[in-house]
Amino acid sequence: MTHTVARRPDVAAAASPALPTRRSGRRSRRAPGEPRRVGYLYIAPALVVYGCFVLFPLVHAAWISLFNWDGLGPSSWAGISNYTALVTDSSLRGPFVHSLVLLIFYAVLPVAIAFLLAAVLSRHQLRGMTFFRTVLFLPQVIAMVVVAVAWRSIYSPDGLLNGVLHRIGLGSLTRAWLGDFNLALPAVGLIGTWVEVGLCLVLFLAGAQRIPRELYEAARMDGAGAIREFLVVTLPGLRGEASVALTLTIVAGLRNFDLVYLTTGGGPGNATSVPSYEVYHRAFDTNEVGSAAAIGIALTALIFVVTFVVSRAVEGPRS
Amino acid sequence: MRSSRKISAAAVLAIVVATVGACAPGGTTKPKKVATKPPAQITTNAQTAGKVTLTVWDQEVRGGQNAEITALNKQFMAKNPNVTIKRTPRSFSDLKTTLKLAISSGNPPDVVEANQGYPDMVAFVKAGLLQPLDSYSKVYKWADRYPATLLNLNRVSPGASSFGSGNLYGISQTGEFIALYYNKAKLSSLGLKQPTSWAQFTSELATIKAKGQTPIEFGNQDKYPAIHTFGVIQSRTAGPTTVRDLVFGTGSQSYDDPQTVQAATTLQEWAKKGYLTPGANGLAYDDAAKKFASGTGVFLMTGTWELADLAKLGKDLGVMLPPPERAGGKAVTTGGEGLAWSITAKSKHTDVAAAYLDFITNPNAANVMTRTGNLPAMASTAAASLPAGSAEAQVFAAWKQLSTDDGLVPYLDYSTPTFYDTITAALQNLIGGRTTPSSFGKTLQSDYGKFH
Repeated sequence: MTHTVARRPDVAAAASPALPTRRSGRRSRRAPGEPRRVGYLYIAPALVVYGCFVLFPLVHAAWISLFNWDGLGPSSWAGISNYTALVTDSSLRGPFVHSLVLLIFYAVLPVAIAFLLAAVLSRHQLRGMTFFRTVLFLPQVIAMVVVAVAWRSIYSPDGLLNGVLHRIGLGSLTRAWLGDFNLALPAVGLIGTWVEVGLCLVLFLAGAQRIPRELYEAARMDGAGAIREFLVVTLPGLRGEASVALTLTIVAGLRNFDLVYLTTGGGPGNATSVPSYEVYHRAFDTNEVGSAAAIGIALTALIFVVTFVVSRAVEGPRS
Repeated sequence: MRSSRKISAAAVLAIVVATVGACAPGGTTKPKKVATKPPAQITTNAQTAGKVTLTVWDQEVRGGQNAEITALNKQFMAKNPNVTIKRTPRSFSDLKTTLKLAISSGNPPDVVEANQGYPDMVAFVKAGLLQPLDSYSKVYKWADRYPATLLNLNRVSPGASSFGSGNLYGISQTGEFIALYYNKAKLSSLGLKQPTSWAQFTSELATIKAKGQTPIEFGNQDKYPAIHTFGVIQSRTAGPTTVRDLVFGTGSQSYDDPQTVQAATTLQEWAKKGYLTPGANGLAYDDAAKKFASGTGVFLMTGTWELADLAKLGKDLGVMLPPPERAGGKAVTTGGEGLAWSITAKSKHTDVAAAYLDFITNPNAANVMTRTGNLPAMASTAAASLPAGSAEAQVFAAWKQLSTDDGLVPYLDYSTPTFYDTITAALQNLIGGRTTPSSFGKTLQSDYGKFH
């Protein structure tokens, strides 16, 4: 059950007139799709820019991570000791554990919530749908600094959240949310959930529109209820979107810097420190540039591995 | 497909080789000793230097600070028409992240504001990027201008292993200290008086709490404010000389000494008994100050830099030094001075730059600072014209007394390169009741012991 089956016939028809022109334009007897040398010329400008500003700094950072360097004076060879410290030093292990916890709030929750909302919204024609979609997508558009400042005020001891709790008779639950050692991390995570739900929902709603009505009708004819229908039609139909949504949210969760920097500064204690924050902190506050580079490279590798595994698992192996 | 893979692999390899071929970051040779002039070769008259453009990077961007430095730059250029000052103002955090690259480049600014402490000034000195100013200090007699405690904060030891003594690498314009702000109206409505001793202050906290008010407004979400509160308490349990030796590593003291543990016990008790705002670890520093300025809470213990923002309280705002151990005792509190104005080692106009440093810290500059709402580190004659009994006049008087009594104790995060992280996290744990005072002392000592 992949999208090839789900592709609408009218879309395929619209695309077909372009094909003959392309074919007739070919002069050589190359098989279609076979790469040609001239292709490198086309990608050269982008490749040069990418190489200068992404690949070179990346390799350079990897090189620096092998040294003990304060960013100013001479450096000394450190070998892989900056990397082994990631495992042995608990002050470095902590941030990575926190970022994995944050993934629940940044990726798992938003995707789950968005699936539920998409299932409900795609079944019923809702008046003012565009409005709701815009409102839900809005957190994505607002600058993270604004989001952080707003939520910092909501979570503050005299803030909105505690005010509401008092009003509904749950005054005993009120606390300084971002100052609580056990709840600060989930509190920061829920801000991420709030931000990412909109993105996932918009992706899923767009995907759900692509699922042919016939599939739903067929399912209903077979006597499927709303839940069964969601499980056998909507969910498999949104595989591709789910993979994109998970990749985007996981990356956002793992590289989370601004939210932590602006809401808790890694506190209380070190309860909310994350790798990106440690990179900044070590490079600029404590002059451990080698260690900062090592964290950055490790984080890059982690993001690469996690997103690769997720997209493989969700989309299934590509043929 | 295979050939394209080969090509991209080769490209990646080429980049790796190109980078790896380059030498170790920052080189491996130790920086050369920065050459200095003997006092006899120094020209104090900047007018004879010919046409000079002096590039200056500072962080004086806020209202009063900006007005002050703009006025002084104008005066300096009027006095020395051959000198043009090219100023680059940046906010503190902006300067912190960009200065390191600028100062280690081939063409650094002539004058920079360097933050005291291991990550900034000491690191710059270690890399041979700043000019020692001892000869200039002799010629311009800067030692007469400042109390030794303040000048020492800008000294770095030979070899840059510690600071607080050694060569002079900068001079500061402004002073700052942790003051005890109080709400006059609130205090008298509770039947209390301005405390004259630490014991009286502590008993007033209990009274205020018993009457259902917040004794001390305190927000520690930003982590650093607790250093100030704890520092004031510790300067009483341990005394200023001990704390100074402790911070600069010049004595045999340690952070798990009974005096420091005693201070930690006091701070934790304050939190437990509700003398501090409940949930302080989740309350922003600025929000706590705002609450105090809008009339909640009786006391606020924070820096003199908050004075302008607290003016909202109007006539009810009182400022005093945290009360001494016994009534009439010597003034003691945590504090320091503004960032150090330093000359870079590669500057080609060190004499002109030093003349500039002298100009922005001389008696005239002190008066300009006073008039623009700043607290100059040195004596200011304009202070006499401040309205008597005003909060500003109280701050100036307190600063004068601190200098006379030599009661200024440095910020505790100066102790080691990583101490800021250690002590801020430990203090949040202490206030949140997650650690005991004795294990708090041990945490600090384990960081301190590794360095000193």
